[in-house]
Amino acid sequence: MAINKDSVSGTLIVAVLVCLICGVFVAAAAVGLRPVQEQNRVLDKRLNILQAAGLYETGMDVEAAFERIERRFVDLESGEYVEMPDSYDQRKAAKNPDASTALKGGEDIASIRRRPDVAEVYLSVDDAGDVQVIILPISGYGLWSTLHGFVALQADVNTVAGLGFYEHAETPGLGGEVDNPRWKGQWPGKQLFNDSGELAIEVIKGTVDSSSDKAVHQVDGLAGATLTTKGVDNLIQFWLGENGFGPYLARLRADAAEPAVQGADDSVTLSAVN
Amino acid sequence: MAEVAKAKDLLFKPIIENNPIALQIIGICSALAVTSNMKTTVAMCVALTLVTMFSNFFVSLIRNQIPGSIRIIVQMTIIASLVIVVDQFLRAYAYDISKQMSVFVGLIITNCIVMGRAEAFAMKNPPIPSALDGFGNGLGYSFILLILGFSRELIGSGSLFGVTILEKITDGGWYVPNGMMLLPPSAFFLIGFIIWVIRAVKKDQVEQDQFRITANSRVSDAF
Repeated sequence: MAINKDSVSGTLIVAVLVCLICGVFVAAAAVGLRPVQEQNRVLDKRLNILQAAGLYETGMDVEAAFERIERRFVDLESGEYVEMPDSYDQRKAAKNPDASTALKGGEDIASIRRRPDVAEVYLSVDDAGDVQVIILPISGYGLWSTLHGFVALQADVNTVAGLGFYEHAETPGLGGEVDNPRWKGQWPGKQLFNDSGELAIEVIKGTVDSSSDKAVHQVDGLAGATLTTKGVDNLIQFWLGENGFGPYLARLRADAAEPAVQGADDSVTLSAVN
Repeated sequence: MAEVAKAKDLLFKPIIENNPIALQIIGICSALAVTSNMKTTVAMCVALTLVTMFSNFFVSLIRNQIPGSIRIIVQMTIIASLVIVVDQFLRAYAYDISKQMSVFVGLIITNCIVMGRAEAFAMKNPPIPSALDGFGNGLGYSFILLILGFSRELIGSGSLFGVTILEKITDGGWYVPNGMMLLPPSAFFLIGFIIWVIRAVKKDQVEQDQFRITANSRVSDAF
């Protein structure tokens, strides 16, 4: 080489060249592989929706099973269904000031800062068109990362049908155990609301005392992952609470209490509530 | 430059005689984190071996052009780029595994084995021996990790690669799994055992004491 590599200009040239070449290399890999990754993500999300709803069996065709699932949009403020374009992305909306609401300190228990105004929900319908399972997206901060997942409720809007996370970066083996089937297996059958209609479900530290009358509302914490456990508890409290899906759930529960309306065409349901 | 080492030595010495984990005691962090089952263990081994090999190769390729004052950061840039590419490939073609390994793929960047070999070997040797050295150290790392992954998944979950080998008592079988094997500390104990076995066989790896412990003082010494 003609120039002295240890001079200031030599150092700068080498630094710039290394950065340029590495940058091009990394960008090419990221851009070139993005379509495949995107496809994986969509498939994985659908798989998680099915798993949270307890509809998935190993080896089944995810695309085919997903045809039974209807995607609807809910205005979180009022709890009513609204029409949104198919391309609506809740997670993008949460970052857009026009489509989301900033949460004040005390409200933001799940540490998500902004809440989208409109959330998507997935309804699993049977052949007769009755809603069997209601699947709600949930997210919140754990220890290292924001956890994104779903909680599925039975048609009585009180019993949990399942819970699962499709994206997180918690410590593998500790907080990462939120993916453990055994831990997730505790959720189905838990009751969200107590007799007086208050949100009572919680993830506790340690193991649930099965003789306690609260046991039906409680889920074991993750051993060795106090902060992830706390995060999961917070995000459940937030999304099922009044700033999350609370109004929507209250509306569904009111509907469920009136058997005449239940299972009717949705427009009828809406007008009955209005 | 020292005389060019033989290819065979470069490849196989790091497995037992100069194992990065057992003798050099580096790269322990990821060895604890990803070895609770064989699937992530194998993915980690492949990823790390590839990264170490290519980073050694590229660092060695431009070793005569790297200015001394920024050599560490240049090595880091090359290593980081390779790790990102590996991570992107995992996300595209092994989504499940990449999700389980999460941050630990990214943490290969800070794995001492990669940096250590780039600085200690690739900066002083030509590209091909450097690549072989990287590959060999990757194998040495993989050797320990596979032992860990094998024992931890078999004893902890009664399975290998997710396939049940020992029927668990919770599934109606006879095997009571040892849950501790799934937690990170168990990997520490296992690494300790492996080091003990290697050093019991190869006495030359035993380190000299750096100091001598004196005899306990007696009560009468105080007066």
